Amino acid sequence: MDIKELYQDIILDHGKNPRNKNKCKDFNKDAKGHNPLCGDKVHVYIKLDKEKKVEDISFEGEGCAISMASASIMTEIVKGKEFNVAKKILEHFLNMLKEGSKLSINSLTDDENTRMMSLSGVKQFPMRVKCATLAWHTFMHAVEGNRNTVKTEK
Amino acid sequence: MEIKSIKSQFPIFKNKINGKPLIYLDNANSSQKPKSVIERISKFYSKEFSNIGRSVHSLAVTATNRFEDTRDLVKKYINAKSREEIIFTKNATEAINLVASSYGENFIKKGDEILITELEHHANYVPWHFLRQKKGAVIKFAECNEKGEVDIDEIKKLISNKTKIIAITHLSNVTGAIMPIKKIVDMASKKKIPVLVDGCQGAPHLKLNMQELGCDFYAISCHKMYGPTGVGILYAKKKWVDILPPYQGGGGMIEEVKKDNITYPQSPTKYEAGTLQTAEVVGFSESIKFIEDIGIKKIMEHEKEILEYGLDEIKKNNSVRVIGDPKNRGSIISFTIKGIHPHDIATILDEDGVAIRAGHHCCQILHEKMGIAASARASLGIYNSKDDIDALSSAIKKCNKVFNS
Ligand SMILES: Cc1ncc(COP(=O)(O)O)c(C=O)c1O
Repeated sequence: MDIKELYQDIILDHGKNPRNKNKCKDFNKDAKGHNPLCGDKVHVYIKLDKEKKVEDISFEGEGCAISMASASIMTEIVKGKEFNVAKKILEHFLNMLKEGSKLSINSLTDDENTRMMSLSGVKQFPMRVKCATLAWHTFMHAVEGNRNTVKTEK
Repeated sequence: MEIKSIKSQFPIFKNKINGKPLIYLDNANSSQKPKSVIERISKFYSKEFSNIGRSVHSLAVTATNRFEDTRDLVKKYINAKSREEIIFTKNATEAINLVASSYGENFIKKGDEILITELEHHANYVPWHFLRQKKGAVIKFAECNEKGEVDIDEIKKLISNKTKIIAITHLSNVTGAIMPIKKIVDMASKKKIPVLVDGCQGAPHLKLNMQELGCDFYAISCHKMYGPTGVGILYAKKKWVDILPPYQGGGGMIEEVKKDNITYPQSPTKYEAGTLQTAEVVGFSESIKFIEDIGIKKIMEHEKEILEYGLDEIKKNNSVRVIGDPKNRGSIISFTIKGIHPHDIATILDEDGVAIRAGHHCCQILHEKMGIAASARASLGIYNSKDDIDALSSAIKKCNKVFNS
């Protein structure tokens, strides 16, 4: 296992220069997530329209490169998508991290697929899977209106 | 000192981690175990095991004797006045909880003050927080300076006639600062304030002498002293063992039980309810022998040499910031690397077999004070050498490379 499989260029890029890292205007949903192991913290803001489409999404937070990159990529991927589609993507993403299965989602462009796949190296580092999933779980909490902070257990 | 021969006594170092030799720098978290300790536990189960203190058959007598032998060894090792001052717990955390509960129950009431420091591990804060909630006591934090140490004046300043206990670490598990315990005890005893020392990091790295130190309570986790998990020690001055109420209730800790009344012995067994971690306690006797065979003085000299070398080496890397700069420092180097989160550091180091810890090390108050969420920590043990430090430095350079490529 080469460490560069975990820290791929895409991850390092997003980790250093996270996209959509702010509090987006007119958000109507938000939720917080906390990973006590790494101390990663995210706060996800979403503007959801009546048809449950993600009109805008952003996040604030601090944490390891994996958690920040994952949050950044997540915001890029789900922006403009229906909640149901986002949910499907999350399922595939979790499967990828758990089973190592390849992503095959029609709703993703090749480029989006590559970005998602850049996180697949995490599978080899079980302690770090939570870093990669935190933002996604927080996204789900926000949409579902769950006010509890997402806590990945120790 | 021949480190190679010491290292060879630890079977774990025969294993490869990610195909590399293990460079173990997570000793503040827990230390590795010498073969003698592992074999002692195995021998105890194979030849001597039975529950202690309850039966009169031969095995029970043997097991009880071996268990109590360890109490004597500990008494001697830490130079307690009497064997009655040695209480076995499951770890230092339980030892501190015991004091917070038993002492707190009788001696701390609403508005009373508990004095701790910003350096404390959660194990020496949360139990006092429980008391704060239960009794309405007040917790005061002596401030830590930018060097990562607590000046004795900061403690002095906070002492009032409401101060009911001072609970303080011997050696910070983040900055490595060694606290002037004797001076603090001298100051406190003038006002008749008992002092509890969290000796988790002190015990493996410093010479212990309870009678000289003069503290009322000293908490130890044996797994950090090359000993088994599941064993802790609370040293408590005899005067406290005599008067404090029991901690947990059950078998083994009673004197006489009637339907309307129960009495307890005035001995450490009062605090040792239920069946104990017998084999581990017996195994710990070998840890003390291991330490004594080398000699704590030699251990301290060796660790100081490696620590100083480590600090020098690691500071050569401009991207590294070492946390704290205490005058008197023991065996711990916590650091951050510019632009790289400590957990990413730990993962990258692990690839080279270098085991360190990343996080807040159960010291969130201190990290907040230092303005960081987390740090990476390399902590030394007797088997570490300059080669280990070199491996650490080059693995850190690799972090720089991975992140700046
Ligand atoms: C200073 C200090 N206090 C308390 C503890 C808690 O030790 P244990 O978990 O063995 O009870 C530790 C260990 O992490 C420590 O370093």
